[in-house]
Amino acid sequence: MEYGFTIAAYAVAAVLFVLSLGGLSGQESAKRAVWYGIVGMAIAVVATMIGPGQGLWPLSVILIAAGAAVGYQLATKVQMTQMPELVAIMHSLVGLAAVFVGFNADLMINDIAALYRETGVIFGAVGPDGWTAIGLPAVVYDGLSSFGQLIAKKSGVELTILRVELVLGIWIGAVTFTGSIIAYGKLAGRVDSAAAKLPGGHLLNAGAAGLSLLFAAMYLSGAGSWTLVLLTLCALFIGYHLIMGIGGADMPVVVSMLNSYSGWAAAAIGFSLGNDLLIVVGALVGSSGAILSYIMCKAMNRSFVSVILGGFGGPAGEQMAVEGEQIAIEAEGVAAALNEADSVIIIPGYGMAVAQAQSAVSDLVKKLRAQGKNVRFAIHPVAGRLPGHMNVLLAEAKVPYDIVMEMDEINDDFPNTDVAIVIGSNDIVNPAAQDDPNSPIAGMPVLECWKAKQVFVSKRGQGTGYSGIENPLFFKENTRMFYGDAKASLDKLLPMID
Amino acid sequence: MKIGTPKEVFEGERRVAMTPDSALQLQKLGHECLIESGAGMASGFDDAAYAAAGVEVVKTATALWKAADIVAKVRAPDDAEMKKLREGQTLISFFSPVADEAKMQAAAKKGATVVAMEMIPRISRAQKMDALSSMANIAGYRAVIEAGNNFGRFFTGQITAAGKVPPAKVLVIGAGVAGLAAIGTSTSLGAITLAFDVRPEVAEQVESMGAQFVYLDFEEEQQDGAVTGGYASVSSPEFREAQLAKFRELAPQVDIVICTALIPNREAPELWTADMVAAMKSGSVIVDLAAEKGGNCKQTVMDEKIVTEYGVTIIGYTDFPSRMGTQASTLYATNIRHLLTDLTPAKDGVINHNMEDDVIRGATIAHASEVTFPPPPPKINAIAQQKNKPAAPKALTPEEKRAAETAAFKAQTKNQIILLGIGGALLLAVGSVAPASFMQHFIVFILSVFIGFQVIWGVAHSLHTPLMAVTNAISSIVILGALIQIGSSSFLITLLSALGIFMASINIFGGFLVTRRMLAMFQKS
Repeated sequence: MEYGFTIAAYAVAAVLFVLSLGGLSGQESAKRAVWYGIVGMAIAVVATMIGPGQGLWPLSVILIAAGAAVGYQLATKVQMTQMPELVAIMHSLVGLAAVFVGFNADLMINDIAALYRETGVIFGAVGPDGWTAIGLPAVVYDGLSSFGQLIAKKSGVELTILRVELVLGIWIGAVTFTGSIIAYGKLAGRVDSAAAKLPGGHLLNAGAAGLSLLFAAMYLSGAGSWTLVLLTLCALFIGYHLIMGIGGADMPVVVSMLNSYSGWAAAAIGFSLGNDLLIVVGALVGSSGAILSYIMCKAMNRSFVSVILGGFGGPAGEQMAVEGEQIAIEAEGVAAALNEADSVIIIPGYGMAVAQAQSAVSDLVKKLRAQGKNVRFAIHPVAGRLPGHMNVLLAEAKVPYDIVMEMDEINDDFPNTDVAIVIGSNDIVNPAAQDDPNSPIAGMPVLECWKAKQVFVSKRGQGTGYSGIENPLFFKENTRMFYGDAKASLDKLLPMID
Repeated sequence: MKIGTPKEVFEGERRVAMTPDSALQLQKLGHECLIESGAGMASGFDDAAYAAAGVEVVKTATALWKAADIVAKVRAPDDAEMKKLREGQTLISFFSPVADEAKMQAAAKKGATVVAMEMIPRISRAQKMDALSSMANIAGYRAVIEAGNNFGRFFTGQITAAGKVPPAKVLVIGAGVAGLAAIGTSTSLGAITLAFDVRPEVAEQVESMGAQFVYLDFEEEQQDGAVTGGYASVSSPEFREAQLAKFRELAPQVDIVICTALIPNREAPELWTADMVAAMKSGSVIVDLAAEKGGNCKQTVMDEKIVTEYGVTIIGYTDFPSRMGTQASTLYATNIRHLLTDLTPAKDGVINHNMEDDVIRGATIAHASEVTFPPPPPKINAIAQQKNKPAAPKALTPEEKRAAETAAFKAQTKNQIILLGIGGALLLAVGSVAPASFMQHFIVFILSVFIGFQVIWGVAHSLHTPLMAVTNAISSIVILGALIQIGSSSFLITLLSALGIFMASINIFGGFLVTRRMLAMFQKS
């Protein structure tokens, strides 16, 4: 561990990781940034493997190769619309790995403790200076693996801190693991996406958290490894139940939150292993996820706590009754309006991803732009199920990124726009957020598409969206409903644009 | 049910309440359609066209009134037609419950049902049946065309080899449906169009049609148009004075005035006074769409065109929709068809006259031998109440701006110092109990979090998904932990580390590859 070369390599890797994240500030520099990340990771892994005390490296290489093969398969096969699921399931892997590493640390502590008993020295006893551990006789010490040596020379206080760190690492890792699996299930449609809670709701969570604390305290006071196992079970339950209670519309927050957790778990493990690179990267990832969660919450005008505690709160009072009716329109009508329009803004949402309509949208945009019309996209920060989800889908369909605008950039342009097309989004274009103080989404910033001269809404049916909130936009006088699967509708529309 | 449309008996009326197209739609509802021979001739629909659409052509009006269960027509019935109306029959037509009160009483006495088209409530759901709006739209258009017909110049300004032509200046008074249609027509012909309405909230609609809204210098709490169902109401004498003063100022400039100002159930207000007419240039045209209710200009003669001694033409026709018979008939027939769709909810040809329905209840003035006018107020307001608009933010003076900036800067500094103070104190507190080896790592941790926060704020919004994929990939740095532990002598530790290495490496490769795939897709146009 004290090998200067390894530390130096870690320093280089850490710098590369920071550059890699910083490079994501622009589309062009991002392409370079990924390479920084890849090189950084390669340096870190290689340096660790050729470092001192590392045994079994042939096995490690085989395992890494196997992992690479699986990872390659996953990454190349996945559809861009399934990106949220992929990210969620990969978080669960990091969580589980953190749990394993944490348990290993505990096992190692037990082994070392047994060694101490054999040699007759008290584990953790300190020498005359009050800090340095007395340690094992040199013969026994040299026979240990590098990790064993690290633990063996710890003093009593250091051991306690080590235990706190590994408890934290295991706990966060376990929450991340089950949480990510549930998030994956919800995103992939294998688990009902509505917010569901076992009877008892938050009390169950609080109970499980309380039990975790109790077990942690017992473990720290030397009750043995079984408390650690029970603690893990509690954490697994919390991860499961916490995410089960969060509705599908809040998924962007959940995924970025889990991203953050996986980082903090890595940092905690880094502390217990005394590995600075793990700490640095864990902290980077943790803070990145935290910031993303914050941005998402802000975009929905909700506090982080209320998202985590699950579901939309009950409406504060009687919601405004929506009057009028939804007026349907056929493809011919939409085509006529588009052919006459000079400026068009498209607002994609999760429905576009579900219908895989992004390339049809892209074709439509190409045709419209070929006629010299000003066509732009308006992306709400929480559109889709993952931060930036829509941008990735549009990029896949070869929509140039310079016509894809953020909410704040484009919201003032709606009054000067001839046609706004809403494709599979609902809450992010709901005027009730501004008009109805009793609406569950009151105060959430929304795209003011109803200010455009005409609004077309492509939607599967008359039902309410993910959050189950009635949308007065659909009843506005300048709104026409273009019912049907988004892709089928657009395919019908395309030949009529000339 | 048999739906019949007689020929309009009112002289000069060209419209007809059923077209071959609407008849086809009515038959889809399960109804049979009848038409009096020659009823559609004036609107360009001959008997053959009706017959081709499956409509039974009936020779005489008497036979038609006898055969039909529902009679749909345009004008209110005259005395002869009232006699033909029989018990159990439904009449759908324009039918003013105020002006034709006696007829309404008579119809109720007979046991007939009367649905008055002008009584359709003005709510969004009923717009498709709102014949007043569809007729007003035509009237507004035609008013501009009639004005142009009697105006000796171009609407649009031109510079030609033969000299410069100034554009015509058109003033539209009253921006209801007819007013807005007139504005649209006038602007598309190229005239400079001004518009006025007592309801300031329509200024936006006026401007959206391309006209300038004439604002008054007048401070008064305006009545909310929503209370009156979107119609104008009577204004105060002071307001009226301010309004007339503005018109007096405009009179010498404008070439064409289109008056559309009406207040429901009242005589039309006088807005264009004799002195304004006198002030207008010779050759100017006034079209008074309010002529039927006495006119916004008192010199207007109903149904006639006059020329004043100063050469100003005043048109007081009341039959603008009828002058565009084909168009008016198509729209009116569609309104009737929508009404019948609502009256036939099961689409089985059976009329369900549901008096619980706001629209049907509102429009029915005689039913089951009783007069059912006036209807109770509708359950929903036509237009949402206007919210109190927030006062416009005051423009800040440079001094105020500077003061605000300094204050913001001070607050920021204060925040940062407080945060740093708390953070520092916490750090010291931890440092006082924790051993030095822990603190070394802890410093690294704090700095990394700090760097992370600084760096991530700069990440582009659109790259959030790649960011998550990258952070996911690099969070599998936990592989290092597993790599360090795998060399242990304990089998269990080795096994767990092996699993950890395997999973983390899936993540590393999967994460980076997917990020590369995503980023490769982003391209500039």
